[in-house]
Amino acid sequence: MAEEAVLGYLENNTEISDSGTFAEERGINHDEIVNIIKSLNGFRLVDAQDIKRERWVLTNEGKTYAEDGSPEVQLFLAVPPEGITREELQKKLKPTIYQIGCQQAIKNKWIEMGKSQVSRKLQHVDDRVRDALIQIQNGEAVGPDDINALKRRKLITSQIWKGYSVTKGPKYAPKRKKVATDLTRENLQRGDWKEVEFKEYNFLAKGQPTEGGCLHPLLKVRRQIQMIFLQMGFEEMPTNNFVESSFWNFDALFQPQQHPARDSHDTFFLKEPSTTRTLPEDYVERVKRVHESGGYGSRGYGYEWKRDEANKNLLRTHTTAVSSRMLYALAQGPFAPKSYYSIDRVFRNEAVDRTHLAEFHQIEGLICDRGLTLGHLIGVLHDFFSRLGMSKLKFKPAYNPYTEPSMEIFSYHEGLQKWVEIGNSGMFRPEMLLPMGLPDDVQVIAWGLSLERPTMILYGIDNIRDLFGHKVDLSLIKRNPVCSIGL
Amino acid sequence: MPTVSIGRDRLFQALGRTYTEEEFEDLCFKFGIELDDVTTEKAIIRKEKHLDEEEPSEDEEVIYKIEVPANRYDLLCLEGLAQALRIFNGLESIPTYSMASISKDSMLKMHVKSETSKIRPYVVCAVLRGVTFDEARYNSFIDLQDRLHQNICRRRTLVAIGTHDLDTIEGPFTYEALPPPEINFVPLKQTNFFRADELMEFYKSDLKLKKFLHIIESSPIFPAIYDRNRTVLSLPPIINGAHSAITLKTKNVFIECTATDLTKANIVLNTVVTMFSVYCQNKFEVEPVEVIYPDGKSYICPDLSLYQMVVPLSYITTVVGVSLPAHEVAGLLNKMQLHVENSVLEENQTKFTISVPPTRSDILHPCDVAEDVAIAYGYNEIPKIKLPSLKPQSLNQFSELLRAEIAMVGYTEVLTWILCSYKENFTMLNRKDDNSTAAINGNPRSADFEVVRTSLLPGILKTVGHNKDHPKPIKIFEVGDVVLLNETKDVGASNRRHLAALYCGATSGFELIHGLVDRIMEVTGTPFVSPGDNTGYYIQRSDEPEFLPGRQASIIYKGNQIGTFGIVHPQVLDNFDIPDPCSFVEVNIESFL
Repeated sequence: MAEEAVLGYLENNTEISDSGTFAEERGINHDEIVNIIKSLNGFRLVDAQDIKRERWVLTNEGKTYAEDGSPEVQLFLAVPPEGITREELQKKLKPTIYQIGCQQAIKNKWIEMGKSQVSRKLQHVDDRVRDALIQIQNGEAVGPDDINALKRRKLITSQIWKGYSVTKGPKYAPKRKKVATDLTRENLQRGDWKEVEFKEYNFLAKGQPTEGGCLHPLLKVRRQIQMIFLQMGFEEMPTNNFVESSFWNFDALFQPQQHPARDSHDTFFLKEPSTTRTLPEDYVERVKRVHESGGYGSRGYGYEWKRDEANKNLLRTHTTAVSSRMLYALAQGPFAPKSYYSIDRVFRNEAVDRTHLAEFHQIEGLICDRGLTLGHLIGVLHDFFSRLGMSKLKFKPAYNPYTEPSMEIFSYHEGLQKWVEIGNSGMFRPEMLLPMGLPDDVQVIAWGLSLERPTMILYGIDNIRDLFGHKVDLSLIKRNPVCSIGL
Repeated sequence: MPTVSIGRDRLFQALGRTYTEEEFEDLCFKFGIELDDVTTEKAIIRKEKHLDEEEPSEDEEVIYKIEVPANRYDLLCLEGLAQALRIFNGLESIPTYSMASISKDSMLKMHVKSETSKIRPYVVCAVLRGVTFDEARYNSFIDLQDRLHQNICRRRTLVAIGTHDLDTIEGPFTYEALPPPEINFVPLKQTNFFRADELMEFYKSDLKLKKFLHIIESSPIFPAIYDRNRTVLSLPPIINGAHSAITLKTKNVFIECTATDLTKANIVLNTVVTMFSVYCQNKFEVEPVEVIYPDGKSYICPDLSLYQMVVPLSYITTVVGVSLPAHEVAGLLNKMQLHVENSVLEENQTKFTISVPPTRSDILHPCDVAEDVAIAYGYNEIPKIKLPSLKPQSLNQFSELLRAEIAMVGYTEVLTWILCSYKENFTMLNRKDDNSTAAINGNPRSADFEVVRTSLLPGILKTVGHNKDHPKPIKIFEVGDVVLLNETKDVGASNRRHLAALYCGATSGFELIHGLVDRIMEVTGTPFVSPGDNTGYYIQRSDEPEFLPGRQASIIYKGNQIGTFGIVHPQVLDNFDIPDPCSFVEVNIESFL
């Protein structure tokens, strides 16, 4: 009925200027009109503009006075023209009425309060308070002085009244079609979907969040880098051996036993299992000799090489420990060129901070073949890193005990507007390769970098602990885009 | 690929021996054809009529349905197939097809009228003299024409074959194109005369012929072949005349092929005459016919000349990948009906001059010759040459697959430290160190790195503890390595890949974790079996300290315990400062490989 009233009125009139008066004129509850207007507005049949008005309503106390008269008038009327004792008067009225009535009547100078006798000062009074209250109750205008007086006596209180002014909306129709919010099975079964008008969607709001699991962002990047290696023809090395001997981790790589990296400050040495039981003895002998006195054209380091030191177990500090095992194994058969890669966990006994962890993932690539040069290394690095999105590279001479020449890899970071170090590379030393038994015209070029660094750049993470470990926010894991490097 | 149905017994007779089905399949396989089905005439009829499967009676003739390559028209009949296999088996040498030496004057003539160029411009003809038909040969002759029509002739659009009893007609012949009402004859299998236009109407209800009508239907003139007495030989490509129909008694056969594609017409004619010249009085001899076009040009057909091709030995051996001596290659080519006339040595290179017979229209290029050498050598005898390729790390690949599956069922992946404190690995999990499980760091910089984890549980619980504000339920998983002491390894310890998953919510979610175990088994293809059965997995009660007693179980996979799951012990939850109940599963996934 309310809906018909609103739409019907607008059919012949341009505007409902005030929903309040509109409701009143038609004897419709205003709340009902408001609900209908809100709904019609949602479907754009009408355009509704808010109207807010402050208006006065009677408090409970005000309502009783509007009914029974104000306390002062009640008191005045209770005083007979001849006067009355206080006690008698008090008996005739409720205590609150008596109290308030006395105050007001005295203030109005209507009565005389003697020591025992109460008497009228006037013969007749008007109940202006009651009149004003009734006027307010009926929505009639009341002068500001009266309003203030009533407000002070807490007989009226202000109320924000909400209504609307209404005009035709862009989808105005004299009668609303039933609009649906969704297509249902019933629509299909009844076939009424052809007639159904759908409520317009609000595309300013997002849709419902999806449910489901997610893969870890670091491992998504790992996957893409694996794909890059595979596309470049590299074979994965088995790296699932965290516990390693010092021999394979250091000695085999021609890393002298006094090297600072072999210090307990940098490396986790194991209490259990503390030592390695078996090593290939003839190879160990060749490694010992090359460390002590050289050979293969080298002077060696000239120190006394200790087997005990080589036997010490540790958590591998780099995946190059696996590379040394793989190259040794390769040297035991007829030579065949190989390209290997791995991406796995390595361990450093370091204090944890924003950029350092005691564990991280090392990416390593190596090519073992005849006739490889520094030019090949630079070429393969350009190929590899440009697939990661880093195509501007330069190389800095560096020191690395097992590579010579050694090059640090720098990439120009467009965001930071500077060159940043992104990895390390070089050609493995003959003192490392020849004792393994590789032919002396075989070279190995290799490079390494961390997985965390490119991932942090890719996902805009500046604290490594936000990426990896148990303190990572699970919501962050769920909100990552796909890793699109290498596409 | 076309299929040829051939009576088994006749085939074996032609091959000079019987084969078991398996032996024959093997021969087909080597030669590059395939025994598609073994059936009987009656079974085919029963199948067509949708009759119930009856037991075939003993006396029914067994029919082999053989699939042949689409470019080998010479294999579309028993005669050609048997000949090819006999030569392949070394039982027969390559036949030499010859033309009867008759003077051009005594040669039969076919005069082509110019109107034919508007509808079907070519005709080629030949004669087979002194043919001896029997029922089987006759049927084979008809079947071959059908198969050619179906395949190379593209349902008669390109070429149509007509065969006639030469003794019922008289040359010279004319190939004409006339308005349909002017063509009037008794068609094959009919007794009344029909006008060509009436005949087209009549055949609209003929199941077999109606599909060819469209080829000429809309043309104002129809092609027709007449003899000198105006006897209609045929109305190509629809029907022959009844008058010249071949019978079992026919001795001399006149063959005409009308066409829109001359090359294919020649191939079709060659196929028909070479296959059936085997039944001629002078075996493999064909009598030529002169076809004279309106412009005066004349052609003697068929053209049975050999196609010469020079192929270096090195080319063949490069394709096949086996270095073979020249004489062996020549022998192999002979098995495939290719004649090697002589081998020329040129700059130390052997070159073969190969003669391709008219039956082998499929040989276009030396690569076809190389293929025949390889087939004759035996594809399965060629030594393997391994190309460089990469081996995957199966465990890593498998982990990738499993991780994706677990994420798909709604768990979010976490990646936690391999190192943890001694307490976290043992006492906080209610576990005791038996001193023979965990690798222990000698010099950790902080307590966080004392032990190499032996389980994924501490890392997962720490993650939950640090994500207390995350909306429940929390469903997380990790696939990662633990390290266990291992006497058999050089370093005394080895990694083991585990999968762990945890559910944390208002209730423990034990059933959900149990369901996840089932899902893991489902994606690894493991059946659920009864306890004690070692062919799949089953679940049995367990008693591990990190779980609530009576609310936990072991996963037994092919007889071995590979993991446990259960409600995490409230004491353990408290140790990791987790206020909500959790269920957890951890499995050794290396067991699945």
